[in-house]
Amino acid sequence: MKTVYEEQDKTVIKTILVSAGFLLVSFSARAEVDIGGQAGIEARYFLQDAAYPEQQREYLSAYIEPEFYYEWNDRADSILFKPFFRIDQHDEERTHFDIRELQWLHASENWETRVGVAHVFWGQTESIHLVDIINQTDSIEAVDGEDKLGQPMVNLNVFGDWGTLSAFVLPYFRERTFAGMDGRLRPPIPIDGDNALYESDDEQSHVDYALRWRNSIGQWEVGVSFFDGTSREPELLTQFDGTGNASIRPYYAQIEQFGVDLLKVQGAWLLKFEGIYRTGQSEDFAAAVAGFERTSVGVFDTQYDLGLLMEYQYDERDDNFFATGQNDLMTGVRWVWNDIDGTEFLFGYIQDLDDFETYSGFVEASSRITDSWRWKIDAYFFSSDDETDTFYFLRRDDHIQLSLEHFF
Amino acid sequence: MIRLANKHNWLGGLITCAILMTPIVKADEESEKEGLRIATERKNSDRGWDNSLADMSMILRNAQGQESERRLRVKTLEVQEDGDKALTIFDSPRDVSGTAFLSFSHSKEPDEQWIYLPALKRVKRIASQNKSGPFMGSEFAFEDMTSFEVDKFTYDFLREDTYQGDDVYVITQIPQDDFSGYSKQIVWIDKEHYRVRKVEFFDRKGDLLKTLEFEDYTLFDDKFWRPLKSFMYNVQTQKSTELITHELEFGVGLEDSDFDENSLRRAR
Repeated sequence: MKTVYEEQDKTVIKTILVSAGFLLVSFSARAEVDIGGQAGIEARYFLQDAAYPEQQREYLSAYIEPEFYYEWNDRADSILFKPFFRIDQHDEERTHFDIRELQWLHASENWETRVGVAHVFWGQTESIHLVDIINQTDSIEAVDGEDKLGQPMVNLNVFGDWGTLSAFVLPYFRERTFAGMDGRLRPPIPIDGDNALYESDDEQSHVDYALRWRNSIGQWEVGVSFFDGTSREPELLTQFDGTGNASIRPYYAQIEQFGVDLLKVQGAWLLKFEGIYRTGQSEDFAAAVAGFERTSVGVFDTQYDLGLLMEYQYDERDDNFFATGQNDLMTGVRWVWNDIDGTEFLFGYIQDLDDFETYSGFVEASSRITDSWRWKIDAYFFSSDDETDTFYFLRRDDHIQLSLEHFF
Repeated sequence: MIRLANKHNWLGGLITCAILMTPIVKADEESEKEGLRIATERKNSDRGWDNSLADMSMILRNAQGQESERRLRVKTLEVQEDGDKALTIFDSPRDVSGTAFLSFSHSKEPDEQWIYLPALKRVKRIASQNKSGPFMGSEFAFEDMTSFEVDKFTYDFLREDTYQGDDVYVITQIPQDDFSGYSKQIVWIDKEHYRVRKVEFFDRKGDLLKTLEFEDYTLFDDKFWRPLKSFMYNVQTQKSTELITHELEFGVGLEDSDFDENSLRRAR
């Protein structure tokens, strides 16, 4: 089995696993460990013949994500351990293991600390998460970028009437995951994620810092953040070896990023904004996303909720593989049935306003089968005629994904 | 389908009859004053409980008889001169386990609500104007889950009556908020303890929508009456939700800091 980890990763993970194992054994002895989690199987079917020779039409895979939780000190202290493993039929890069969380949380009256591997989310918008920067994207998991790799950290949060101030020390960098030779959803040459290049000589051991303040002020949610360290989003470098074979390697620069995220409740409307300014990569740039979500409850005399979402995405960069929202408009509809099974649909369509032929769409649907089983259908569609556009590489990767998830 | 439609019409007819047969009492100053007195007494007789922690089940049933149980814990903090704060944590079904809902009810301003989605580690603000929407797929609307505040309604005394053998006042309360899903509510309140025994909810069109019955009233800490069962029945869809309290404890030391975004993220 090939994992996404390099040797250094392996050593770190081994240390973490040994300590986790030790903690688990000692806690299990006291028999108060709360065990839960989820597992599932997933079938991906691609609608078109593959663009590149090694790729397949159908991919089966399975995953498991158990969760071990232990608390003491009248809940003031707790440890959460959440490993993750996926096995994929064809793509050996997608067969991967990760520690999503392994954290010790200590909570006090007006402060808390999190030490270990954790997952932190920042931001307000739906179509793109510009401000969210602490965790690396596990992009091989899903196209939507919502899955994240566990991030080692020491985090202190202090709170009061003035809001919450969060400080992070991030001593270890996680590399983004990419599809392998046998996987879909990649450029003609797979991105060689294991041979990343770094601006810093410390490479993955560079210590990053982040600071964030957030508060709820009446009908407003306000967040301001700063990050100094290794960019989570790489730039791609194409290199040729002696025999003329090309390879694509990710390059992780040292960046500084300022972020602002806002939400305003305006009657039945939620108005959302996220903006960043990043320096340190091949060009300094600003990016922003702004839009709304408006939900109508009990539409057409039913118990259905119907939400309309619209977000405009702007990014100053012209030719970055990962900056797809340069001048794009996302329109979405969220349809919630409010039934016993918790049935939900989300339809989305993103149009590039510079190029009419470049667009993408998605459908996410899910519902409960029993109290512990859920089905999920995700579908993604990509189109572009522009040979330099990211979606051009994915133009034949339209796919439908059916998942069965079990919660225990 | 035809049978169902007929049944519905028949029921609708019955309700219309019932409404027509109710003697039309013109709201006058006297009856409005009496309605307000009863509502104020209802609120006053339930002050000083400060904070509580409840372990509950929500049993959802649809018209076909399909049934589903949700386990939840509810932390509540009494706020003097304003609406209460509540933090609800879902334990089952397992796919929503860890989802937590924080609400600040206000008597005059719009409520504030947040939901925490553990899979995304994300706290989302909810537009509280959508208060008529169902709470977690149940027959309880978001607005039914918020605390009773005198300022939220105007009142009118209808009549005295008996309910399950007890003397009761029957009053009408009309939501002051334009975004309420109800045109009015008729409330049965017992004379002895000012406990709500039954509520009828009328939709925006004025038709009977739901009935709510409280059962197994129990006295906690020698002072506070709480129903251990609430039964909400939707007359128009034949769906119902039963809310059962398994455990309830007052004075568990909760304070303001247990009801903010940080505690919402930590809830489990």
